[in-house]
This record gives sequence, structure tokens and C-alpha cells, in this order.
Amino acid sequence: MKEIAVILVSAILVNNFVLSKFLGVCSFLGVSKSTSASLGMSGAVIFVMVLASAVTYPINILLDQNNLGYLRTIVFILVIAALVQFVEIVIKKYMPGLYSSLGIYLPLITTNCAVLGVALLNVEESYNFIQSIVNAFGAGVGYTIAILMFAGVRERITNATGIPKAFQGVPITLIAASIVSVSFFGFAGIVEGLFQ
Amino acid sequence: MKKQSLWKVFFNGILKENPVLVLLLGTCPTLAVTTQAVNGIGMGLAATVVLVGSNVAISLIKKLVPDSVRIPIYITVIAAFVTVVQMICEAYAYSVYQALGIFLPLIVVNCIILARAEMFASKNSVLASAVDGLGMGLGFTCVLLVMGSIREILGAGTWFGMPITNGAIDPMVFFMLPPGGFFVFGILVALVNHFGTKRGLKPRKSFDCDACPSKNACQNCQSCNKEA
Repeated sequence: MKEIAVILVSAILVNNFVLSKFLGVCSFLGVSKSTSASLGMSGAVIFVMVLASAVTYPINILLDQNNLGYLRTIVFILVIAALVQFVEIVIKKYMPGLYSSLGIYLPLITTNCAVLGVALLNVEESYNFIQSIVNAFGAGVGYTIAILMFAGVRERITNATGIPKAFQGVPITLIAASIVSVSFFGFAGIVEGLFQ
Repeated sequence: MKKQSLWKVFFNGILKENPVLVLLLGTCPTLAVTTQAVNGIGMGLAATVVLVGSNVAISLIKKLVPDSVRIPIYITVIAAFVTVVQMICEAYAYSVYQALGIFLPLIVVNCIILARAEMFASKNSVLASAVDGLGMGLGFTCVLLVMGSIREILGAGTWFGMPITNGAIDPMVFFMLPPGGFFVFGILVALVNHFGTKRGLKPRKSFDCDACPSKNACQNCQSCNKEA
């Protein structure tokens, strides 16, 4: 149980996927412009990450048993792409309400490095099934926290005046991301402190 | 497709349409691996090999690929080249392989590569595609090298592992840490904005999908149009 809690807290706060592992930065910077889009994207990311971890776990065992470990990258990306497409079709047909809020973000996620990243990290850390799911969920929640915090910061930037011309737009967004990222360093060491 | 001079295609990727600083693609690896100059070079060259390979392969099969399933096919081709590069790195450059960690397999989802497949290789000849891949790859490598050098020199006082500042500047660990990555990248983009616009560069103004060169690559994705 303690192990699970450690994985969860470190995935959410200490090793935040976006701000300290740099996975999913593109969508983080792209979508964080509005809070509602951020929420929709985060929901889709949590959903797909957990699903992808659950599906890639047995596939990885299969690959290892047949000494096909070198095919991991190809198989994972194809499975994730097919999975996302499949989920999109199912949701569109049976849950139109959910589709209108999450569905539009699903295709965007296929080539999001955070999803493939979490599947590969689960293998690298040799997590078992439960640990993989918890890690994926924690990573998704960490993504949500980071993107929502940053969406708030960006609203302030949009209204700010006096930004030097060269820094307007993308550069000031990156500098702001840097400062938000510093704030997550306050959590370093929290895992050791909490679970001793 | 009109004939373009190969030199122009080559330098296009390095300067005018530099994938990282001008087109703002591939931000994740740019930020993640540039803690040291040598990692930047390793990542850049690995991506260059994949880019050239996938551009050539996709250009060869461009007439055979049905339009509706082109993205999955491109991703498979790219993943195959990534696997090759991964195995080569593991065999001949193990320290780089370890330093890059999961970012080596994650070249598969590097948007630069898919964007070039979609925007260039699927429309141009094999030779031009190879040159484009080389130019884009080297443009990517240059930026990674510059960022890696800045972060390593300021953050650790070394360059490619050799001590060079000799205590003239106190190493600022900030630059090695993730926030430093965002910070240095922000400064570099600002410099390109400042000096580049005068020389006719057109840097992307935001991370929105409207300005994204691979907008059409996001297969049947409407998220770009729906939010605003």
C-alpha cells in the first residue's frame, strides 16, 4: 500500500510529467490558453494514459516471452493509436455527451509523447499491473494540475502590458512555464518526508 | 511539384524554417535532453538519421499509400527507423543511449518527423526529401547543441565534460534543472524573434494550432478549430 502511495505522490507532484520530465510539453503549451480546453484535454489524457498502461502491460509480457523486446516501440505506438481510434468511435456512438467534451482531444493524444512515455516508463521501472495503472493515473493527475495552474498564469500574461516586443507571445509563455516549474521543486523530498 | 534547388531545401531546415526555433516543433526533446551538450548532439543526430530514413522511405511509397490511412503508415515507418537507431545506439554509443533514456524511443512521436513526412516527403522526390530530412535534422541538432552548451556551461561550468569557466562564473544549478530548460528556450526564441524578423524570418507567434505547420497532419482532428 505504501509503495502505491509513493508512486502516486511522486507521479503527481515530485516527478511531474510536464514540468520535470518534459513529456507532453507541446499540448501543455498549446491547450493551456483556455481553462475549459485544459480541463477537457486533461480528462482525455488521464483516460487514455490509464487505458494505454492497462493494454500495453500484457502486450509487454507477451513480447518479453517471445524475445521480441526490440519491437516494443513499434508495437506500443500502433496499439496506442489503434486504441485511441477505437475509443473515439465507441464514445461517439454510445456517449455523445462525453464525446463532445472529450472526443475532440482524443486524436491529438495519439502522438502525444506523454502517453507513449508513460507506457515505456512502466516497462523501464518494471512496475506490476496495479503499479502501472497507479503511475499512469498519477501522471495524468499531475498533467492536470500543471496545465490548470498554467492556464491561470497565462490568462494574466495575456492581459499584461509592458512585455518587451521580442518576448511577446511564445517567449514570455516559456519563461512563465519556467517559473511555474520552479514552484514544483518545492515538492522535492516530500515523498521521503511523508512516508518514512 | 516545382523544382527547388537542393541547397535551398537544405538551408531551409537549418535557418529559415528551423524546426525548433522558428516552427516551434519538437519542444519536448529539446527541453529534456539538453542538460549537457553531448546529449544534445546525440539526440540531434539520432533524430537526423530517423528523419532522413523516414523521409526517403515515405517519399518512395507516397503513391502507394491511401490518403485515409497515411498517418498510421507514416508512424509505422518512423517507428521502424527509430528502432534501428535505438539498436545502433545501444550497441555503439551506450552512454548516449543511457543518457537519452526514454527520449530515444520517443523520437517516434517527435512532431518534427511526422510534420516533414506530411508536409514534404509525401509531395516531393526522393532526393529532395533526403536533403530536406538532412537539413531539418541538422537544424534540430544545431539548436540542441546551442541549448545544451548554454545549459552545461552556466549550470555546471563545463563543456562536453571539460571544465572551461574555471570558477569565473559560479555554476548555477538552475540551468541544469527543468526550469532552466524552459528559461533558456524562451530566451532563444526571443532572440530569434528580435533578430530574425528583420531578416525576413517568420517565427510562429503562438503555440495555437492555427499557426501549426502540421495542422493538417492531425488526422480528422477538430480540436484546433473548436477551441478559441
